[in-house]
Amino acid sequence: MKSYPYQNPSRATWAEDYSFLNNDINNDEGLAFNKSYLKVKDLNLYIHKAHILKNVNLEIPDKKVTCIIGPSGCGKSTLLKTFNRLIDDTEGIKYEGSILVDDTDIFDKKTEITDIRKKMGLLSQRPCPLPMSIYDNIAFGCKMHGERNRKKLNQIVEEQLKAVGLWEEVKNRLHAPASKLSIGQQQRLCLARGLAVEPEFILADEATSALDPISSKHIEELFVKLKQDYTIILVTHTLRQALRIADHVIFMYLGEVIEAGSADEIFNNPKQELTRKYLEGAFS
Amino acid sequence: MSSNSSYRILKNKIAGGLMFSITVFSVLLVVLIGLGLYLKSVPIFEHNSFWHLIKSSEWRPGNNQFGFLPFIAGTLWITLIAVILALPIALLSALFLTEFSKSYLKKWVFTALDILAGIPSVVYGVWGTLFIVPWISEKLAPHFVEYSTGYTVLAGGIVLGVMILPLLISLFVEIFSAVPREFRDASLSLGATKWQTSKHVILRKTFPGILAAVALALSRAFGETIAVLMVCGNLPLLPHSLFDSCYPLPALIANNYGEMLSVPLYESALMLAAFLLFIVVFIFNASSRAVIYRIERKFK
Ligand SMILES: Nc1ncnc2c1ncn2[C@@H]1O[C@H](COP(=O)(O)OP(=O)(O)OP(=O)(O)O)[C@@H](O)[C@H]1O
Ligand SMILES: [Mg+2]
Repeated sequence: MKSYPYQNPSRATWAEDYSFLNNDINNDEGLAFNKSYLKVKDLNLYIHKAHILKNVNLEIPDKKVTCIIGPSGCGKSTLLKTFNRLIDDTEGIKYEGSILVDDTDIFDKKTEITDIRKKMGLLSQRPCPLPMSIYDNIAFGCKMHGERNRKKLNQIVEEQLKAVGLWEEVKNRLHAPASKLSIGQQQRLCLARGLAVEPEFILADEATSALDPISSKHIEELFVKLKQDYTIILVTHTLRQALRIADHVIFMYLGEVIEAGSADEIFNNPKQELTRKYLEGAFS
Repeated sequence: MSSNSSYRILKNKIAGGLMFSITVFSVLLVVLIGLGLYLKSVPIFEHNSFWHLIKSSEWRPGNNQFGFLPFIAGTLWITLIAVILALPIALLSALFLTEFSKSYLKKWVFTALDILAGIPSVVYGVWGTLFIVPWISEKLAPHFVEYSTGYTVLAGGIVLGVMILPLLISLFVEIFSAVPREFRDASLSLGATKWQTSKHVILRKTFPGILAAVALALSRAFGETIAVLMVCGNLPLLPHSLFDSCYPLPALIANNYGEMLSVPLYESALMLAAFLLFIVVFIFNASSRAVIYRIERKFK
């Protein structure tokens, strides 16, 4: 078994019980940006007159777990919702700059908004199963994109439920309402639902904060497993969680990106005074 | 200290008891009204069986013949048409307002709806007489029947539909707005369009609520009197098409209450009309509650 990669002993102890997470197959490559699918350039975002995101420039590495950390109200959720343009429905929204996904600007008038969203699975803080059966929840996205073939849908549902380890638990009640599941199960269901439309990214906004420790661990394990195939961006308030699973960390403060870099750098050797203070728990 | 606390508890008990009796009283009031109407209509049962009264369409008060079928049919027809016309319009407008439009537009439309809802029903009646009745008589009916006065089931349905529209729209907007943002986010972030989200998530989630709103609007529509009375012709005959006149129960009561004393059983007959209306609304509400309850359990 590999040892935990971070040198700082005081921080490494945070992650004690999570040795399972060290099966990270990509670890040896380090954090080289072999590909970076998502690039944010000079993003400024206003809601009414308030300047929420200030001159954000970012690159999110492909097939890695990127954690966005920062104090409450610094714009983490807003940034995440900008990635799939869910923010568009906010009253008084205005943005400038560009976000490039696969070299297409998502703000471009020609870009179809549903295509962008299909690429970005969103996992919210509280699981939100749609008012339908477990089966229909998973099949929903595919149906909306025009998939009608029953066999294909059955296959997708089974595959995705297996991917999140829910299949054994629910295979006998696929047609029961999804809201009957436990909260932890619901969150895995929501993850599976997002995966079913074959996204390239998984955006998770404090996706474990409403869950019990076991379910929360379950989701974390899933993220680590899923990064083989997906680029994962998560907002978290739990520094321990970031430390456990992040490959790349972005620290935000009052709408600005203060520092971004590999988890190793940010946690053990932050360049900015503000980052260091935040990590030491001076403010939250 | 302890006396203070026992005083608080006493007060709590009194308040609870008082509120309970007031609640019981308001429920009792409804029962009493129903009972009063029933007792007043008893004399008519001495000559006719209840079923005969409901099934017969002979209405000749002079001959002591009281067949209520035309009135019941008229009421049901008009209400049904009103809902069929108003429901899709109200659903689509409400979906537009909550899911598609900007909030300033919502404000404007709401002001307009409030005004519409506040217009006295006699004004709707006048509007119906001046515009809908001639339109049906001259433009629409000739395509379907040889002759129609325009004072028809259809006119009543249209006027009533317009009248319940503001109520339905504001109920629906309220219901749709109560759906948490997360449901929309979940659906939209899977790449569903707004329309797909409205159709498959919002409407589905709010289905029990929509039924409840329709039930409320229907109960309102059953009892609407003046406007309908002005446009539906008031002939005590069983309507056979949308272009026949009809005579709803509330109109019967309103039109005849003054002159009923000349025929001994007339008063009793009108009371029965009121009682029937009462029962229709009651049964309707009770059954829709039951349906909604079952659906809610299934959807939760
Ligand atoms: N709809 C809105 N209207 C006005 N201001 C908003 C709106 N949504 C967010 N904001 C503001 O934008 C800023 C960033 O909010 P955001 O939700 O992105 O913060 P956050 O970093 O996710 O905070 P938390 O960690 O508490 O979730 C906050 O100051 C907030 O008040
Ligand atoms: Mg947030």
